[in-house]
Amino acid sequence: MNINALRAFVIKEFHHILRDRQTLTILLLMPLVQVVLFGFALRSDVRDIRLAVVDPMPDHATMDLRARFVGSARFRIVEVFKTPDAIEPLFRRGSADVALVFEPGFANDLESTEPAHLLVAIDASDPNTGTTYLNYTRAVIQAYQSELNARSNQVRIATQTRMRFNPTLESVNLFVPGLIALVLVLVSALMTAISLSREKERGTMEVLLVSPLRPQQIIVGKVLPYLVLAFANVLTALLAAWAIFHVPFRGSIALLLSESILYTLVSLALGVLVAARTSSQRAAMLTALLATMLPSALLSGMIFPVASMPGWLQPVTNIVPAKWFIVIARGIMLKGVGLAILWRETLILSAMALLLLAAAMRSFKPRLD
Amino acid sequence: MIPETAEHAIDARDLTRRFGSFVAVDHITFDVRTGEVFGFLGANGAGKTTAIKMLVGLLAPSDGEAKVAGFDIHTQRDQIRRSIGYMSQRFSLYADLTVRENFTLYGGIYGLTDAQIRERTTTLLDTLNLASSGDELVGRLPLGWKQKLAFSVALLHEPKIVFLDEPTGGVDPITRRQFWELIYAAAARGTTVFVTTHYMDEAEYCDRISIMVDGRIAALGTPAELKERFGADSVDDVFVRLARGAKKGEAA
Repeated sequence: MNINALRAFVIKEFHHILRDRQTLTILLLMPLVQVVLFGFALRSDVRDIRLAVVDPMPDHATMDLRARFVGSARFRIVEVFKTPDAIEPLFRRGSADVALVFEPGFANDLESTEPAHLLVAIDASDPNTGTTYLNYTRAVIQAYQSELNARSNQVRIATQTRMRFNPTLESVNLFVPGLIALVLVLVSALMTAISLSREKERGTMEVLLVSPLRPQQIIVGKVLPYLVLAFANVLTALLAAWAIFHVPFRGSIALLLSESILYTLVSLALGVLVAARTSSQRAAMLTALLATMLPSALLSGMIFPVASMPGWLQPVTNIVPAKWFIVIARGIMLKGVGLAILWRETLILSAMALLLLAAAMRSFKPRLD
Repeated sequence: MIPETAEHAIDARDLTRRFGSFVAVDHITFDVRTGEVFGFLGANGAGKTTAIKMLVGLLAPSDGEAKVAGFDIHTQRDQIRRSIGYMSQRFSLYADLTVRENFTLYGGIYGLTDAQIRERTTTLLDTLNLASSGDELVGRLPLGWKQKLAFSVALLHEPKIVFLDEPTGGVDPITRRQFWELIYAAAARGTTVFVTTHYMDEAEYCDRISIMVDGRIAALGTPAELKERFGADSVDDVFVRLARGAKKGEAA
């Protein structure tokens, strides 16, 4: 390969990217904006749950439990009533999310061998959020009960249920790896597809193909600058996640960055493939969006768990590169595991990268037959 | 069997290109002598661009043979690429790069050293009276200047043959005249010029011309020869007479 020719070509590509200030700004800010938006908007954990309390005969135990709810920082008591009748209108108006209904003599019941009855009513108009409310409520009650049990025996509160919620697992932590996957596929696949098909559309590709530049050099030249840009995006996303949402970083940064490069290569190859198969910028853009963005967002497990998809759809997710990258990134960031655990996913991504790059090179013909 | 063609820049024998059942270029045979300005004429859709694309290696011929700069278009495409310059029908410079950056890019692609690129850029910009515009974005320049620049870029690596596919499309008459002066200057330096056009006045400037009708070469010779043969006053008349019998004509 003629290195000077490649160098000249790569410099040209950087000029294209740097000259288009608007696109560049958007591309550079995208990870930041996405992390912030997704981080705040798309979290499945909830804060500031509005709690209504029905306490017909307040005693030390009910006051104690109420204080626990307030102290959990997730709940805010909006009103306290004497009778349960007031609850229904409150829910209808949507001014409460959860209602806690004590029976008279709650403290006495706790001290006797009888179970102390407690009714928890949830606004479950959104089932997902409702489940989350329920889980938080149960967590507070259970913590209270366990504490009492540590002091005396046989305390029972009748709402006792098993907790499925892991209080330390914040949803933003789960989103960040998916976001990186999304941003990378957007920058890499979409931008390469657009930039390559633009050369085809404007006719500059013909001149390049007539020149001594090899098709491989054209592809490498196109891909290299976006690899740099994508790398900058990964750093921005990680920095934003760490600085704004305090997302933990337990594993090796070097490993995560290497895996990001691997995943970027897969996305870039997809972009080249799309550009090779489409004849206009617009078609390339739409195809890239459809073929890369949507599956990466919807079929990767980023937002919707693969396990809750219909049976026939689950195997389909295996061909979505983002799925494997997200497993890897979550493993490294949240669990702190390394290649010893993630070798299988890494191998799959490597195979995808090789296969797609080979296909991209093949489909990119020096002659326009 | 193609004869050794040391004196010929291009030698085409029965060159053919089919798209399905449509024959775009139908067994054309011609040669272009080294150092001449060869006009490749024809109506829109007559097959000019298809023929040029086969010669520069953008399109595989369905049939036939051709040698460009002495190299076989089937087997020696790499050598051909280094020997030719190409200015496509569409504007081929990058509008978002400056004049100088475009020169640097193509110089680099053709393997010139940085010093060569600097030197030739300066010379070419002086020739074009564009020395003060070297750092301007190409997209901001008027069309005529852009076309002249694109031509200069195609000549940057000093190719033996330069292919110009309708280089003066949409350009005003004065700039067209200036463009042809550039073509003559290149020919004077020994570059073979293969130029397609459908401006018949431009045909008069060529050493020899061929006129394509319906994918075939209907006539080939010097402008004077053709006018005499067809008893016409101008190449335009010759062309109209030939094109009148065309099946496709201006259809494409």
